[in-house]
Amino acid sequence: MPSLDWPVFCRDTLSGEQVAGCFASGRDQTYLQWMLQAWGWTVTVSLSGLLVALVLGSVIGVLRTLPDSPWLVRFGNAWVELFRNIPLLVQIFIWYYVVPRMWPAMQSINPTLLVILGLGFFTSARIAEQLRSGIQALPRGQRYAGMALGFTTLQYYRYVLLPMAYRIIMPPLTSESMNIFKNSSVAFAVSIAELTQFYYQVGEETGHQREVYFGVLALYAVSALLVNQVMGFITRRLRVPGMVMAGGAGGH
Amino acid sequence: MKRTLLVLALSALAFGAHAEDTLAKIKASGTISLGVRDSSALSYTLGNDKYVGFHTEMAERIIGDLSKAVGKKLETKYTLVTSQNRIPLVQNGTVDLECGSTTNNAQRQKDVDFAYTTYVEVVRIAVRANSGIKSIKDLNGRSVATTTGTTSVQTLRKNERAQNIDFKEVYGKDHADSFLLLESGRADAFVMDGSILAKNIASSKNPGDFKIVGEELSVEPIACMVRKDDPAFLKAVDDSILRQIKDGSLAKLYDKWFMQPIPPTNRSLNMPMSEATKAAWANPNNKPMEDYAKK
Repeated sequence: MPSLDWPVFCRDTLSGEQVAGCFASGRDQTYLQWMLQAWGWTVTVSLSGLLVALVLGSVIGVLRTLPDSPWLVRFGNAWVELFRNIPLLVQIFIWYYVVPRMWPAMQSINPTLLVILGLGFFTSARIAEQLRSGIQALPRGQRYAGMALGFTTLQYYRYVLLPMAYRIIMPPLTSESMNIFKNSSVAFAVSIAELTQFYYQVGEETGHQREVYFGVLALYAVSALLVNQVMGFITRRLRVPGMVMAGGAGGH
Repeated sequence: MKRTLLVLALSALAFGAHAEDTLAKIKASGTISLGVRDSSALSYTLGNDKYVGFHTEMAERIIGDLSKAVGKKLETKYTLVTSQNRIPLVQNGTVDLECGSTTNNAQRQKDVDFAYTTYVEVVRIAVRANSGIKSIKDLNGRSVATTTGTTSVQTLRKNERAQNIDFKEVYGKDHADSFLLLESGRADAFVMDGSILAKNIASSKNPGDFKIVGEELSVEPIACMVRKDDPAFLKAVDDSILRQIKDGSLAKLYDKWFMQPIPPTNRSLNMPMSEATKAAWANPNNKPMEDYAKK
């Protein structure tokens, strides 16, 4: 197998010459700088999408488990079914092309924000389902105990159910956080200059498809592993001794 | 031990299969894989797996000549390629012959071989007719769309630095997507080969809304691509192109696709043959883009 030509990353993007130190100054840029910029976009889109997804997913997950509000439960069901059954790429296109046509006010919204919303809403359906299963895994007595203590619905969710439910669903939440980093690659289809777009453009431009591929692969893997480690850290800090958690303590 | 030998033998096969004889391969299998595009003027799709265009029809005639050369009727397998994957697919053998809108340049000549240049393209700017943009300098501060994986991306970069203007680049994933960015207003201009601009404007809902403006940002020879280091196949393709030029069939084909109404909208592109293309046909060569820029 021919050897890989790693110095391609230190080439100037305009002239193609090697730049000493791999970082050019002023308006010039090496491919390595471009790759790090693209990685910055990937991280931005993924983390913002994750934030949107966590907030929305929590709300919808709670709505689906309310005991006395059938219409709110139905709304939660509709939300989950809608965002779960449409492929992610189609959802992103709808946000990017269809929504601005239907509501012209949305035309002026930054495309990055639209992608973050698209990713966030898609992932919120999955997080809502995970939260619902976490809440339903708790014994029914917990809810009744909360009501017996005189808590309102909001209070017994906040003080009794949710703290336990979140600890139960930490493993799938970790997967979901890693997934959103990988799913952010669909942003390439709507012109966000992130890592996948970098791979396609620079691979074709330099002819060094393999080196660029390995660079992009390494950055995606590093991002996902970092998320994994952070979530693992959070899981260990939040652990309550004596509480039975799905998967046992320190499963990963 | 036996399993290791088997794995080693298989991997040796995989790595050993580099200098291929495409003529032998297509003769043995009876099919040839033709790379086509979906939305360039030279090669595009009408939907339903129908591929048409100046280069596509020229390639079909090349395949007719190749059938005579190998002595067997060849079946054509149309393989849709994109700007990003066309070169890897030719390199790894999925596509035997790609006749679309690929620019012949020195960088790509390291990876693939090009046949004689059959079309010389110029890169221009498409804008909305009422936008008032007349040249690349007017693009300062605007957003410009171009397609990922094309040479126009580098052309834009060069012009941006050379003329010290600043614009925001928006990348479409293919030509139809980039034109949609212009149409929907997300980009103020679409920079691409003139024939691709003309084709996309002609196929749009309101062609009168768009105009092609500006100076020639780049002159690029377009040619068919084949795998590297396969001189017999390259010669067969070149011979067919020579025959088509000499007996006038290529000129008639040009007229059919550039001056007459074409599907799907039955509008004509109305692009007479440029001097550069005429010169390329008069002296068939596969010189790269850099040689054209030197003049």
